[in-house]
Amino acid sequence: MSASSAARRPVEAMLGLSIREVSQALRDGKVSATELCRKCINQIQRTRYLNAYITIAEETAMEQAERADKRLRTGKTLGPLDGIPFSVKDNFCTENIKTTCASNMLKGYVPPFSATVVQKLLDQGAVLVGKTNLDEFAMGAGSTDGAFGPVRNPWSYAAPYREQSAEDPDSDWTITGGSSGGSAAAVASLSSFLALGSDTGGSTRNPGSLCGVVALKPSYGLLSRHGLIPLVNSMDVPGIMTRSVHDAATVLRILQGRDERDSTTVQAPNTPPSLPEHFDMRKICVGIPKEYHAPGLSEDTLAQWSRVADIFENAGARVKEVSLPHTPYSIVCYHVLCCCEVASNMARFDGLEYGHRSAVDSSTDAMYATTRHEGFNNVVRRRILSGNYFLLKSNYERYFVKAQQMRRLIAEDFKKVFSSGIDVLLTPTTLSDAARYADFITEDNRTRSAQEDVFTQPVNMAGLPAVTVPTALSQRGLPIGLQLIGQTLQDWKLLTIAHWMEKQLHFPMIRFHRDLNENEREQNRSIRERTHTVGS
Amino acid sequence: ANKSQSLCHIGNSNFIIRTTWTTGCKHQHQLNTQIESLPQMVGVVGLEIHAQIHSKSKLFSGSHVSFSDPPNSLVSHFDASLPGTLPVLNRRCVEAAVLTGLALNCTINKKSLFDRKHYFYADMPAGYQITQQRLPIAVNGTLSYSHFEGRKRNHVVTKSVKIKQIQLEQDSGKSLHDDERSQTLIDLNRAGVGLMELVMEPEMCCGEEAGAAVRELQLILQALGTCQANMAEGQLRVDANVSVHHPGEPLGVRTEVKNINSVRHLAKAIDYEIQRQMEVLQSGGTVLNETRAFDSKSGITIPMRDKEGLQDYRFMPEPNLPPLFVYESEASVPAGADSTQLVLIDRLSSQLPELPSVTRTRLVETYGILREHSFTLVNEDGLVDYFESVVKMTKTEPRKVIGWVMNELMGNLNLQNLKVSQSPVSPCALAEMINLVRSGHISSSTAKKVFQEMWKTPEKTVEQIVKEQDLWMINDKEELRQICQRIVDSHSEEVQIIRGGNKKVLNKLMGEIQKETKGKTNPLQVKAILEEMIF
Repeated sequence: MSASSAARRPVEAMLGLSIREVSQALRDGKVSATELCRKCINQIQRTRYLNAYITIAEETAMEQAERADKRLRTGKTLGPLDGIPFSVKDNFCTENIKTTCASNMLKGYVPPFSATVVQKLLDQGAVLVGKTNLDEFAMGAGSTDGAFGPVRNPWSYAAPYREQSAEDPDSDWTITGGSSGGSAAAVASLSSFLALGSDTGGSTRNPGSLCGVVALKPSYGLLSRHGLIPLVNSMDVPGIMTRSVHDAATVLRILQGRDERDSTTVQAPNTPPSLPEHFDMRKICVGIPKEYHAPGLSEDTLAQWSRVADIFENAGARVKEVSLPHTPYSIVCYHVLCCCEVASNMARFDGLEYGHRSAVDSSTDAMYATTRHEGFNNVVRRRILSGNYFLLKSNYERYFVKAQQMRRLIAEDFKKVFSSGIDVLLTPTTLSDAARYADFITEDNRTRSAQEDVFTQPVNMAGLPAVTVPTALSQRGLPIGLQLIGQTLQDWKLLTIAHWMEKQLHFPMIRFHRDLNENEREQNRSIRERTHTVGS
Repeated sequence: ANKSQSLCHIGNSNFIIRTTWTTGCKHQHQLNTQIESLPQMVGVVGLEIHAQIHSKSKLFSGSHVSFSDPPNSLVSHFDASLPGTLPVLNRRCVEAAVLTGLALNCTINKKSLFDRKHYFYADMPAGYQITQQRLPIAVNGTLSYSHFEGRKRNHVVTKSVKIKQIQLEQDSGKSLHDDERSQTLIDLNRAGVGLMELVMEPEMCCGEEAGAAVRELQLILQALGTCQANMAEGQLRVDANVSVHHPGEPLGVRTEVKNINSVRHLAKAIDYEIQRQMEVLQSGGTVLNETRAFDSKSGITIPMRDKEGLQDYRFMPEPNLPPLFVYESEASVPAGADSTQLVLIDRLSSQLPELPSVTRTRLVETYGILREHSFTLVNEDGLVDYFESVVKMTKTEPRKVIGWVMNELMGNLNLQNLKVSQSPVSPCALAEMINLVRSGHISSSTAKKVFQEMWKTPEKTVEQIVKEQDLWMINDKEELRQICQRIVDSHSEEVQIIRGGNKKVLNKLMGEIQKETKGKTNPLQVKAILEEMIF
């Protein structure tokens, strides 16, 4: 999207800009950081019905914005993110700001430190406006299973969807996907220019795709997990959600690199200051994995997949069918490994040091049991139970070891394909566009996770970088994204290709249906205010 | 007086049958003949030892390691298991484990792995302990140890036990149970402190062997500085796996004996447990696989209330720690890596101090002292240094110096329960005193009195004491002759007997002279004068 197209629609005029554009506007004095922050917070309030945020950090955000303004006035900006409002999935620790993981277990928990990735953004002058909603402890693919209720997809409140719907917006709305649905909704609904998600099996890319935003899952180890409350340590990666690939690259450059507090991080490869604007696709070989023609793939999505493959081919890229034969086993192995680590990671929530503690204190064991029963929802409890079962001495070989072996085979599949000369794989991100909430909840979390993560989750098994790029709107008026998968630690090359692809697609800007008029009034007022400020 | 010997004498037993048992392994047959139905039953002992690593900070966090700080004052976010925190391995702890492995002749694994061991316990905040279950840092070592046999307990027997592995792991916090208010208070200062778990194969047969092995291990760890190894302070925790069987048959069902806080109690607990199991089997019962606690007051082991039941620890690889690599030498470090940040085996080998067994051999060979004395010297912290400084400051033969050190110094230290470093008599003062004996200025028997005075009034010099107490040796020939003459004159009967050929009676006269001069004479000199007078 571009500023010029956004300019026609008032509310999006400023909030709909990319980071690159709004950063320029800040430096040019067209808007101040505090104005921008205020606008975002107003937008959060206006879109409250989306339930994208758990905590709004209004006070600290305004303070951060004021400091950014001081720097902007003196020309001493900290970089491209100085003064840019952002939000963070509520499973990243934020110092002095509640971090709940959308769980009763951590309701009211205030961490004494910030996650490395959050701290890096703050150190760059970015303004933290809020903490976003998710599935409890990031376990889910819908952002429907959190203690604070489901997140609603902003696109189901946008004109293309609403115009087709005869139903009440409060009953006919679609899910965001998950588990980072709040972050995706925040970026899509223009209340944050950037949001952090986490991606274990697709949790950043899945909602990114369903909400029409760019969502990057970097290579495992490139970004620090320190302060990210873990789901599966060996697969978790902080995810980056923005409204353009260029922005995602800007943020990646800032966040990547070794962190002494996370022993699994690696040195970042040398990265140029920005993505190239021109790129010759004739050198590139795009792989189309045949196993990704999965049952349940929607016609719309399949059509987009073909269309984009053709775009690559027409630009001179070689497009080649490839095979990742172990893909069908990935999801079940993921399930085993995920449950095992969940069982282990969740063991610390015993009500002693922090978080919820049950009133039952007849014995330590009774306190543990009731604390955990009250604190965790069914999804979390089921995974803990399964994980402990898989880890039993008598089961370990049959489940955990087998799953790990399969994990290696899946990683080998990718390695073979890439060593055969493939630069990037093009796949769907999700089977279809976003499901209606009412339909989605007819199946349980476990089933949904298995269905929804089918294209995204093998990437986590192999630790590869992948990005979803909004491609087009479906016939229902909902976003469809396609995924590009790169070689490990070749995130920059992946983004270079994604950037080129994005430019060919012309994905539309969101246009809210419900409160369009209200937005226009608001927008006009703020433009007048700004004129006044500039004049004084 | 000698610690390594004292652990062989486990007395004050309430159990008569044990007195035959506890006098040492070689007496096992005595016991066996008493139990006719089990002719060849023997005890089998393996040890699991947790040695707290002596390091500035914890195994996976930057919190300080200290033992007397206020509760919960040394707790990092990671130690309290705050969500989102990750372990960061402390290189110093790895180096301590490698040093210990090298000292125990282990193979150091170039690659080792960390695992999670799960169980709920209030002082284990994460709900799991990070340990090295699958691939520990060191394996296949041996520990040589010696103990004494024989009637005088002066026959040194050297044995060795295999060290199966050394693994790095986290210590837990401490729980304090307040029964009155039915509360449990938790102190996490200790949570996350580095431990080396050493697993010794079941190759020992009795408390004495196990005690001697642990004592030797303590000395090695202290020499290395990798662990302070004080059992009473919990820096070294020893659990004993005990079973009994007939040799040649499979091992019997074992029990694990815990709650042992000294080497002496270890030996006692093991011997009790072996005896108990034999009696159980003899009376037709079966030994249960259980954990038992040693009660030092009553000297018996009792079943521990099994809080965990049958525990499945659900081991899992620790996903937040990459494999731990150590390198043979600079040459084997991968290109681009900073070797100063890595653990190099050859660098650590070159830092290995003289180990206790080497020190003992050196002491025996250099100074010609008895082997049992070398054990005592090494057993007491600082005593080798003390002894060697005295030797350096005197020309007296080391074999004579050792007598003063063993008898006078150690006697007094033990009497007052003091450490060598607390001795009121410095090596220098002792050397001065020994030199006065050597130069004939005081006699040996006087010197013993002088030593006691030095002990009581350390502010006085040796010469001051000798002078004040008028203890100088009588070296004046004429004076000695007069004294001798007086004795000869007053003992004419004895003199006759001597002249009759019974020279032994001469000793009686010499004794009289010693009495008269309060020991201030040189017996050889006196003897010569007496002989001259009598014959």
